[in-house]
Amino acid sequence: MMNYIWVGLVAIAVITGIFTGNIADVQSAVFDFAQSSVDIVFGLIGIMVFWMGLMRVAEESGLTEKIALFVKPVMTRLFPDVPADHPALGAIVMNLAANVLGLGDAATPFGLKAMKELQTLNKTKDIATDAMVMFLAINTSSVTLIHTTVLAMRSSAGAAMATDVVGPIIVATVISTVTAVIAVLLLGKLRIWKLQNVIDKERAAGTLVLNPDYKEWEGLPAKKGISIDGRVSE
Amino acid sequence: MFIKVMDFLALYAIPFVVFAIPVYAIIKKVKVYAVFVDGAKEGLTVAATILPFLCCMLCGIGMFRASGAMEWVVGILSPVTNLIGMPAEILPMGIMRSFSGGAAQGLLADLLTNYGPDSLVGRMASVAMGSTETTFYCIAVYFGCVGVTKVRHAVVAGLLADLASLLAACFVTNIIWG
Repeated sequence: MMNYIWVGLVAIAVITGIFTGNIADVQSAVFDFAQSSVDIVFGLIGIMVFWMGLMRVAEESGLTEKIALFVKPVMTRLFPDVPADHPALGAIVMNLAANVLGLGDAATPFGLKAMKELQTLNKTKDIATDAMVMFLAINTSSVTLIHTTVLAMRSSAGAAMATDVVGPIIVATVISTVTAVIAVLLLGKLRIWKLQNVIDKERAAGTLVLNPDYKEWEGLPAKKGISIDGRVSE
Repeated sequence: MFIKVMDFLALYAIPFVVFAIPVYAIIKKVKVYAVFVDGAKEGLTVAATILPFLCCMLCGIGMFRASGAMEWVVGILSPVTNLIGMPAEILPMGIMRSFSGGAAQGLLADLLTNYGPDSLVGRMASVAMGSTETTFYCIAVYFGCVGVTKVRHAVVAGLLADLASLLAACFVTNIIWG
């Protein structure tokens, strides 16, 4: 999709430029901004190099695990379908802890592992479970407290105090995460998205695919489970 | 009071982190200097990865702006965005955050260059950019790796969070600097 957007931008720019007579400006924009991008990145390199070094130190010192300990009690509440000792929870917690520290590259492998573990708790092959949707929503709302790339870009652009946005970013990102959690909880109750309804609809349409990798787990919370075959389970 | 907290964070958050992490690490017997230098190399890779995106988007947007087309778009959006105190210039970036992180970064760079990082537009865009991840990318990667195609309410929840962060960014920036 980005392909169409970019080509659209350039095409519209040139055509508009011809009509408004600004075509000379459009041409110099190409040269000027190509140079701009290099200037910006040059300004970025220093702080990125410093920050990555710092974050590696944080990682090596086990700070991620420490943060994970704080995060865990909250997580067991947000993911009631996942047993407390299931590896999925561990991976979820590490992913979020790494994201909080701004370690995007460390967070992603944990995130992928979390999804794979959550899939073993999924009775269907291709329908997202409540835990998966919650995990994804929290992730995409961003839990990163100190967003270095933005700070570095501000600094590179000559900000008087690049970090004056740190507080607002924290506020905005907390608001977005809270919104994500509430949205998942509420939307999940709607008829069209309720997991049991989706499964029933799929079964009726004959497209329900069972998950061959589903693993029964001791200690799954005792509540009415999701029923695959239309029978109510205990 | 709120502003005081924000100012406090702006001044102390990063120095605290720069102090606390190495000190904690050295207590844990980490070879701080060596590890730092080793991890720092990744910073170069990050910067190198950003450059093509930035160049591509900045040139495209720059051309779009120079031709006068951007003014036209902003002119159309302004009546609506002015209602909530959001400069219409931010809207393209606000929307792009959900689709492509690289493109959104390019748009942010463009705004910072054109309006200055200390302008209302520059600050609001920074806050908006820093408060959310790329929804569609996350969905593609995380659900893709396990083959889940029926994502139920994940997209809507993600987009609602994106919208919330944009509105929050607008609101908070206006409180402090509006």
